[in-house]
Amino acid sequence: MRFWLTILAVAALSMAHPTHAADSIDPAADARAFRNYFVEKFPNVKLDDFANGPYSLNEDMRRQWEGKEQFPPYEFSLEAGKELFAKPFANGKHYADCFAEQGIGVRQNYPQFDGKSGQVITLELALNQCRETNGEKAISYTGDDMAALTAYMAFTSRGKPFDIKVPDDPRALEAYENGKRYFYTRRGQLNFSCATCHVQNPGERLRAEVLAPALGILNALPIYRSEWGGMGTTSRRFVSCNSQVRGVPLEPQAEEYRDLEYFLSYVSNGLPISGPGSRP
Amino acid sequence: MASSIRVRAIVNGETTEVQTLIQHPMDSGFIKDDKGEFIPAHFIQELTFEHNGRPVFVADWGTAVSKDPYVKFAFKGANKGDDLKVSWIDNKGETDTATFKIQ
Amino acid sequence: MKKISNALWSLASLVSIGSAALAASSEADFKSAYARADAAEQEAGHLRNQWLAAEAALADARKAAAKQDFETAIAAAKEAEALAKASIFQTTSEKEAWKNLEIH
Repeated sequence: MRFWLTILAVAALSMAHPTHAADSIDPAADARAFRNYFVEKFPNVKLDDFANGPYSLNEDMRRQWEGKEQFPPYEFSLEAGKELFAKPFANGKHYADCFAEQGIGVRQNYPQFDGKSGQVITLELALNQCRETNGEKAISYTGDDMAALTAYMAFTSRGKPFDIKVPDDPRALEAYENGKRYFYTRRGQLNFSCATCHVQNPGERLRAEVLAPALGILNALPIYRSEWGGMGTTSRRFVSCNSQVRGVPLEPQAEEYRDLEYFLSYVSNGLPISGPGSRP
Repeated sequence: MASSIRVRAIVNGETTEVQTLIQHPMDSGFIKDDKGEFIPAHFIQELTFEHNGRPVFVADWGTAVSKDPYVKFAFKGANKGDDLKVSWIDNKGETDTATFKIQ
Repeated sequence: MKKISNALWSLASLVSIGSAALAASSEADFKSAYARADAAEQEAGHLRNQWLAAEAALADARKAAAKQDFETAIAAAKEAEALAKASIFQTTSEKEAWKNLEIH
């Protein structure tokens, strides 16, 4: 009798913590909770302003930034991006041929889930896929050219709200969940997760920098960082964040990074694209 | 070749507010490239703004000024339509100059 | 006199053979310490969470070994192994612990 009672108890315990079934993933509920968290934490910040990162939380930085926006430091990269975008491939085709609307005003739709390949396609990945489809070599995800191209595409979408879709496809839901998990998981020798800085400490200082809130954090990408002395892509930022917590970065556009971008973009749906941005 | 200097100069009451963005590497000479070689120092040494032949802002720069410098200042005594001449010379002797209309 | 110098010579040769044996065991010790550290770091790599300090310690171990400084090399390899194991522990515990940070 004792034996069967034990079996029953063990069975009951294991049922108390079910494995994460695909139908318990609810991106819409996550997004609502995510937004509410930041709106409640910072009641004086207008919702759209979260897309301006630290400037939404620090008056002094905001003033300096607004002054510089008349002559933004990213102007040179933006012009380079416009030229690069217009330059034809050796086969005569253009980047415009790979995108809806000729690639103008579409940045807010990325990342998107590709049903055929079953993976998340970020803007950077789409640009390199476009190159390879047209017989060109892929360019570095952390280099100046990719930064310039994505800066130009972001600029054409300025003001448009993020419109990321997570279709009712278990693979898409899993990718979204994977990204969410990555965001909250501690890593690196400093044992920080993305959330440690951007959920628990937005507006606080990390050395001389003011931390941005996670809500709207990708809306300004790519960013001209004074620290970098130039424009840098989302890939570059993810890689550098990893090494800053003393973790060995993954390869740019690794599945985890693309899924992370998917999650972070989705929970910022409705907030306007503010890129390309400039940061200290 | 396009100028390295962009200027916006706007009259606001008695003062003219000037903003400038200059494209220049401003290499300090202390940074190494991928091969481990020092990138030679290459930076603007003198930046001058002139209104009607009179210098209204002169900067003596060194290696502490970052790449693509941005300058903002204000001065008195100019009118809308006047010319503002901007010129710089760097440590390699390279120069650039451009003239803009004050708005 | 000859007996003493013979004895001294034997002692000297014993000592030199001894230290040569010690040096040889140090290299073998290094190789096994490095292999353990490397295996742990590879596992951390499979788990997609390696620490920069572990990589640096492995590099230090290799550099010291190349200079035949096996004492330093072994110490660095042990440090690398400890760091790699810590990163594995981090990944394993974070499998559930991440939920504590999640916004609901």
